[in-house]
Amino acid sequence: MFDLLEKLGSYCLYHVNQIGRMGMFLFYALLSIIRPPYKIYPIIRQTYLIGTLSIFVIIFIGAFTGMVLALQGYHTLSKFGAEGLLGSAVALSLIRELGPVLAAIILTGRAGSAMCAEIGVMRNSEQIDALECMAIDPYKYIMAPKFAAGIISMPLLTAIFIVVGIAGGYAVGVGMLGANEGMYFSSMYNDVTFDDVYMGIMKSLCFGVLIIAICSAKGYFVHLIRGGGFGAEGVSKATTDAVVLSCVTILLFDFIITSVLL
Amino acid sequence: MSERPVIEINGLRKTFGAIEVLKGVDLSIMEGKTTVIVGGSGQGKSLIIKHILGLIRPDSGSVQVYGKEMSNIGKKDLKEIRMDFGVLFQNSALFDSMTVFDNIALPLRERTHMSEEEISDIVNDKIEMMDIVGSNEKYPAQLSGGMRKRVGLARALVLKPRIIFFDEPTTGLDVAKSSELYRIFFHTQQQLKYTAVIVSHDVPKIFKLADYVALLNNGVIQGCLPPEEFQLSDDPVIKEFVETTMGPLYSGEMEV
Ligand SMILES: Nc1ncnc2c1ncn2[C@@H]1O[C@H](COP(=O)(O)OP(=O)(O)O)[C@@H](O)[C@H]1O
Ligand SMILES: [Mg+2]
Repeated sequence: MFDLLEKLGSYCLYHVNQIGRMGMFLFYALLSIIRPPYKIYPIIRQTYLIGTLSIFVIIFIGAFTGMVLALQGYHTLSKFGAEGLLGSAVALSLIRELGPVLAAIILTGRAGSAMCAEIGVMRNSEQIDALECMAIDPYKYIMAPKFAAGIISMPLLTAIFIVVGIAGGYAVGVGMLGANEGMYFSSMYNDVTFDDVYMGIMKSLCFGVLIIAICSAKGYFVHLIRGGGFGAEGVSKATTDAVVLSCVTILLFDFIITSVLL
Repeated sequence: MSERPVIEINGLRKTFGAIEVLKGVDLSIMEGKTTVIVGGSGQGKSLIIKHILGLIRPDSGSVQVYGKEMSNIGKKDLKEIRMDFGVLFQNSALFDSMTVFDNIALPLRERTHMSEEEISDIVNDKIEMMDIVGSNEKYPAQLSGGMRKRVGLARALVLKPRIIFFDEPTTGLDVAKSSELYRIFFHTQQQLKYTAVIVSHDVPKIFKLADYVALLNNGVIQGCLPPEEFQLSDDPVIKEFVETTMGPLYSGEMEV
């Protein structure tokens, strides 16, 4: 009985501790972006790694998402004789929901996991300790460029996703299913407001910060994960954790942001 | 010249799981002197250094550098103190996705405002000194263990540190290379007058370099003595260490 209580207590403590650590981590990392010296090259490099290299996947998945949306949307809308609204249906679901969420999940898989593994290996081979002993702040040196790159890349990737998705929807809806071309764009023009775009941008910014924070913190604290194993196994566990936790958090925050902004 | 300790360790204890590794370590490191820590593998020599560097918090006891307690020091003070450090880790801890050149240049690039030419001059100078010319564009994974050590040393010395910590600098080097390295230490210390803390198994060679030798045994420091006194010490633990590592030739029998 006491044994159970003790286990429960230590489980809770461990997780409260972890959340606290994540919070401090996020705070220091964001602070370190603002603190001088400012170096532009590392940010460009990280933006290339996180953003540019993700563009192809984003385009591919964006196109198919838009195409499927048009297929499904046309099928449903035509039941009510509302095919004319296809454009706005595709655009709104992409801008408000699917664009930010799917782009974030793609980024988690493509860049977040890599980031976690990279930082985890640095931790395990004492490279982070070495940085600290050289009086180089690991937050400034490693984290700040990654966070800056995430904040820059995520909204842009989301925008690309949405634009390509709308084009994909156009190709299927207008090109394949024969919806009215003018109506596709005019309904979009009439129904998409600035609030929708604002929501999309806010979501993508939040998701960007969340992904980078979770993935790099999991790598940074790889030595503190309980039952995480050591060395390579520890890094692999941390990476899995990072991806799962990022995806769950993205969906959770998607709900929260939507309910706040609606 | 009066000697003054820059690092003072008092009653340092550290337990991992059920094993108490450090059981009350007392050690003073004197300014401008070379202190060598010897002792068997797994005794906690690297652990002591990590405590001094502020990477690990003690369970109890105090570690002071420049009179500041490392376990509750502020971030800013800690950074300031570490500005004076030059550290070689036991596993070298090179940045494995950077070339040798970039590894050595990193402290200069991050901590100074030198131009690339100045940095290049200094780095090439260090590379020459450590005899690793021609490896500039190689990555740590492409080097032998001994070469990695020398890159680590070059990186540790590049900013003219005031306190250096070398954890087994010569392990993995052949005899000629390690003698060469000791010559380099000797010269750089004469120039830079740094305080040195060296962990080494290179007995008796290291004794020529040492001002003080401290033996870590069973979680406590057994005497921190000048090398001559260390070799002739009556302390049974030190005596045994000296006999097993150097053979009876150097120890007590010499006087007979
Ligand atoms: N992070 C750690 N977790 C658990 N045990 C550790 C840790 N670091 C060191 N130890 C233990 O402390 C002891 C001393 O290690 P170390 O300082 O590396 O010895 P050495 O004298 O060979 O440098 C070893 O028995 C090791 O198992
Ligand atoms: Mg060691």
